[in-house]
Amino acid sequence: MSTTTDPIESAAAVDQSAVPIVRVIVPERSLASELRAIKIVWRRELIRFRADRLRMVTTLIQPLLFLFVLGSGLQQLSAASTHGVNLKTFIYPGILCISVMFTAMFSAASIVWDREFGFLREMMVAPIRRSSIVIGKCLGGAMVASFQGVIVICLAGFVGVPYAPLMILGIFFLQLLLAFAITAFGVMVAVRIKQMQSFMGVMQMIVMPMFFISGALFPVANLPGWLAALNRIDPLTYAVDPMRNLVFNHLSISPLARAVLDPGVTWFGWRVPPLLEAGMILLLGVVMLGVAIWEFSTTE
Amino acid sequence: MRRTPTSDALRFVDDMTGANGNQPAIAIAVRGLAKNYDEVEAVRGVDFEVAAGEVFGFLGPNGAGKTTTINMLCTLVKPSAGSATVAGHDVVHERDDVRRNIGLVFQDPTLDGYLTAEQNLRLHAELYGVRSDLVVPRMQQVMTMVGLWERKDSPVGTFSGGMRRRLEIARGLMHSPRVLFLDEPTIGLDPQTRRSIWAYIRELQEREEITIFMTTHYMDEAEWCDRIAIMDHGEIVALDAPETLKAGVGTDRVTIHTDDDEATIAALGERFNIEARRSEGAVSFGVPAGEAFVPRLFSELGIPIKAVNVSRPTLDDVFMSYTGSTIRDAEEDQAKHRNRVMMQMMHGGRR
Repeated sequence: MSTTTDPIESAAAVDQSAVPIVRVIVPERSLASELRAIKIVWRRELIRFRADRLRMVTTLIQPLLFLFVLGSGLQQLSAASTHGVNLKTFIYPGILCISVMFTAMFSAASIVWDREFGFLREMMVAPIRRSSIVIGKCLGGAMVASFQGVIVICLAGFVGVPYAPLMILGIFFLQLLLAFAITAFGVMVAVRIKQMQSFMGVMQMIVMPMFFISGALFPVANLPGWLAALNRIDPLTYAVDPMRNLVFNHLSISPLARAVLDPGVTWFGWRVPPLLEAGMILLLGVVMLGVAIWEFSTTE
Repeated sequence: MRRTPTSDALRFVDDMTGANGNQPAIAIAVRGLAKNYDEVEAVRGVDFEVAAGEVFGFLGPNGAGKTTTINMLCTLVKPSAGSATVAGHDVVHERDDVRRNIGLVFQDPTLDGYLTAEQNLRLHAELYGVRSDLVVPRMQQVMTMVGLWERKDSPVGTFSGGMRRRLEIARGLMHSPRVLFLDEPTIGLDPQTRRSIWAYIRELQEREEITIFMTTHYMDEAEWCDRIAIMDHGEIVALDAPETLKAGVGTDRVTIHTDDDEATIAALGERFNIEARRSEGAVSFGVPAGEAFVPRLFSELGIPIKAVNVSRPTLDDVFMSYTGSTIRDAEEDQAKHRNRVMMQMMHGGRR
């Protein structure tokens, strides 16, 4: 960023007394002021996202890479085992989830940026609760991350997923939920971390295993025991599975292919209902938001 | 510790209480305020009061506890002991009320460089709940004051350091705070910008009902405060108007050039009972109220004087007289101490 000349000389020429004094009054803190604060923090995330062109481009490119490069590449190997279903179609719900997840993680990083660049202090000394800052951050981050989801939703037609209105609505809410949970998780981590590099390191360490284990890229039935166990405790599993279930409900494929590719998550043989899975993600998001608020309120 | 504020400040207080009854005449009251970080006593129980409308300066070397004190007054740090009220509200129990009434300009920048100047100020106004129809008029007022109104649509990332500091001051004023805290507002700025920042502070004091509490370690700037507190090792060692503090050092230094120094020294001792000495080819002596003494000197000395120079004691002299070291020495000591602690820690860690 370049530095421009200082217009202080020209300002000195302006007659200061020509500008009237405007006195404003700051109202007492109230629920309304907290809601307003949440809205402000939320909106700032969106403004920042809009101003950050580079991030918008990477946001666009990432799902394309995953879906078309990875999907087309692996198709060569897997054509026999997908029972006629295009691999791109199969991994579509998983790619949707991880795209949202990565973006949500970056959104959460903004709290670390804000700390590094000092802006966090500006919010911390305002007459608002710390919880409002955290909630605003989570909602804003979730919103930004769900833009990514919308982009992937738009790509559905290219990978053989129909644009069924009910399905799209369902996908939209599921990915919003996931975006919220991941942002809350990110914020929870970010509150404790002072430097961007450490934050990114920690997130990579947590997010990459979550992504690989979740079953975003493979069906979760008939896994080796250890992997099945890990898969069942990976929270992301419970976001990918209902998403896949929803998409496969709207595909016209053979029952065999459906059974192989979308076996559903089971606990000791019991098929976990997708609604319960979605509920788990919501609960997890709310719990992590609570932890983030608590942590943020206790730091000086 | 506290002595009478300057007459200017008192008059201002009277005006304000007269015009607006609910305005407390005391803007900041601090009793035994202390802060410990683990073993370190950053602030060791300070007491002072700041009158409404005053420009009050905290002077001291880096690490003296100035920023910690400001952070406690701004409700950012919880005191370990003691109490403080700001704008009539307790900093621990009425945090939100304190926050509504104060503006802050930190030592480190806290602007959002991605947003424009206007967006930064608007965000601030909204965070504080400024009525939306007043946001633009108030913004125009404060940004005109710091000479940035024309640049309101530029991203803050394109601003120079001085412009950012000025914008931060404008932002701190967006919600018409009763007390404005400035933590080293002029540090690292060029002399021209420093001067203009002082011009804003003066203008503010004239135009708005505002108390300004600032920290600085520039001696020459502290002179412009109504009163200053000198802080060293977490304690206030002196507190008064700069003039009074300097007068407390006692004497002005008078230096005269004559043709006959020996005779001059003798005459001074004889007629004025002053002990003078030769230094650097001139005669020099200390005397209270040096300027008033010069006319008497000319008329009564009886020896032709070629040149005369009267110099006042500076705040450096004041700082020296209370702490036994200059502010620069104190800072070097701090740095040395820090290095030593760091070395010990590194050593300890290895063992």
